[in-house]
Amino acid sequence: MSKIMPFTGAQAVANAMRQINPDVVAVFPITPQTEIMMQFAKFHADGDVDTELVRVESEHSAMSCCVGASAAGARAITATASAGLALMWEILGVASGSRLPIVMPVVNRALSSPINIHCDHSDAMGCRDHGWIQIFNENAQEAYESVFLAVKLAEHPDVLLPAMVCLDGFITSHGVQNMELFEDKEMKDFVGEYQPKKWLLNTDDPVTVGPLELQDYFFETQKQRADAMMKAKEIYLSVGRELSKITGKEYPYFEGYQLDDAEAVIIVMNSTAGNTKAVIDKMRSEGKKVGLLKPRLFRPFPYEEIAKALSGKRYAAILDRAESYGANAPLYGEIKNALYEVQEKPKLKSYIYGLGGRNIFEAEIENVFETLLSGDFDPMEVGHIGLRGESQ
Amino acid sequence: MAKLKSYKEIPIGGMIEKAGNSEDFKTGDWKTFRPVWNKEKCTNCMICPVLCPEDCIPVEKGEKPVRKETDFDYCKGCGICAKVCPVKCIEMKEEAGFNE
Amino acid sequence: MKDIFEIRIHGRGGQGAKTASQFIAEAALGKGKFIQSFPEYGPERAGAPMKAFARISDKPIHSYAPVVNPDVVMVIDPTLLETVNVADGLSEDGVLIVNTPKDTQWAQEKTGFKGKCMAVDATKIAFEAVGKNLPNTPMIGALIKATNCITLDAITESIKKKFLKKLGEEKTQATIDAVKKAHDEVK
Repeated sequence: MSKIMPFTGAQAVANAMRQINPDVVAVFPITPQTEIMMQFAKFHADGDVDTELVRVESEHSAMSCCVGASAAGARAITATASAGLALMWEILGVASGSRLPIVMPVVNRALSSPINIHCDHSDAMGCRDHGWIQIFNENAQEAYESVFLAVKLAEHPDVLLPAMVCLDGFITSHGVQNMELFEDKEMKDFVGEYQPKKWLLNTDDPVTVGPLELQDYFFETQKQRADAMMKAKEIYLSVGRELSKITGKEYPYFEGYQLDDAEAVIIVMNSTAGNTKAVIDKMRSEGKKVGLLKPRLFRPFPYEEIAKALSGKRYAAILDRAESYGANAPLYGEIKNALYEVQEKPKLKSYIYGLGGRNIFEAEIENVFETLLSGDFDPMEVGHIGLRGESQ
Repeated sequence: MAKLKSYKEIPIGGMIEKAGNSEDFKTGDWKTFRPVWNKEKCTNCMICPVLCPEDCIPVEKGEKPVRKETDFDYCKGCGICAKVCPVKCIEMKEEAGFNE
Repeated sequence: MKDIFEIRIHGRGGQGAKTASQFIAEAALGKGKFIQSFPEYGPERAGAPMKAFARISDKPIHSYAPVVNPDVVMVIDPTLLETVNVADGLSEDGVLIVNTPKDTQWAQEKTGFKGKCMAVDATKIAFEAVGKNLPNTPMIGALIKATNCITLDAITESIKKKFLKKLGEEKTQATIDAVKKAHDEVK
């Protein structure tokens, strides 16, 4: 029997970690991730887990610790945000390049400068090309379930790649919501024991991890990493189906909300997708054909499936909570890419919103839908929601 | 040199699955000077096999160990053996002359 | 009638506005409702004006945006009436509850709010009950009197769950008594 708990996103993720009981967890505090590790450290102190809790001196060390632990044959987890993720950057590549299935909740927060502790997606977007699976989550419930999915997906023998579970800083991590907590045993059984084929501490079959590769083999190794990432796409669905048997939920590449007959679609990730649903409910009751497409799997990116879902739609706005300075915003760029081969493409509009935790209100989202439905907009011009100085 | 393998044939993540495989890596083609050993003058004092940094001077075990010819697959031609030989029975000669 | 009942709490960092919003939400969750509770963090320092929100609904709550049209506004620190427009977005059908030793007329004059206004001296009640300046929980008593959005029983349960182990029976009961007192005294 599952229980409904009043949990913050941080408590939800920490409880997922408790139920997984990883072999090694590297801890280093950073707002707004700290709440996860505070809670997990409490579980550790109370004896609810027998994890080796390693208190490291930086995030660079946290990821290094996970790399060592994972290569040694342990199931390793850490969590971070913002500058912490940025400091890890070098070792993130070591983790994915060495094909180590480390799982890491990332509590999305703006990157400096100026310094800012609030939510945007610039941290996760900054390492989107680094060989990590990235799953984005609307709320505490999704984040909780995604941790299990991520562990199983990352450790799949055909994948063996690290995975990030992204949730919005403060909005999701610190907001209390109804959260369905599934039974410890069921969730523990779902992830099972990590059983690597080769591991460093196996003295009967010694291996070398992380060697030098130059012009002769480096390229081949990168091709394998790229192939594994593509493979992760189909395995995401099969692991999701397995998880469905416990949770009764679905784990698609993206969630469609009133999408099928929608004329105007907003494409947005994480918590703002929730705000958009509330707006859709209101506008649908007024007879307006509006809908949502919420990508959940961002890496690997489901190009064909999204292209199919958007084919024949009239208008779509892509809302990015990150800038890509001098280029298309990250999510917008991917959606535009996906639509290249589609005959009946929607007219697209790129919006930037919510940088550094700037609130996004329902009235603003409604405004975006109204702009789309009017058809009167310049697809080449980037909009900024809630920015002073821009006419809304 | 072994034939390079395709991306479908190698272990993932650059992992090396076989221990002690440095033997497969022949380092002997680096040398510009080769130690030429005069077996007749050699006293089998065992100084050069011990000091060889590549451990490429084989020794036949027995009551009295016997030095064998240098393994030129691995000898880098550093010249330490020639330098330490108390009877000067090793001479460094230019590799080019050997045409291997 | 809105589907979602929305509460906005104004306080200063450290006064327990976030905790109060959590208590309200948890008490509602105990009765099978869908809930949300979250603070709006500013610079994260004690004494800075801040807001906390709670939503209660029979249906799932999708939006994570801050509450802009609350049904109830609670003001934990009366000095905020000088600097913050606490009645912003509050319709005249709504309720404004202010922690103050003064009366409702004073609060109405200060805020210019035309709807139902209630006043309670939650600070005094808290001092008398637990000896500390913790007006946040008594304010919930006033909220219950004003709206019945949750019950006294539910909040009693939530307080017991949270404090019994941490504070012991005596102090927990004192906290509950303070909630009841504010419930009875609010005007």
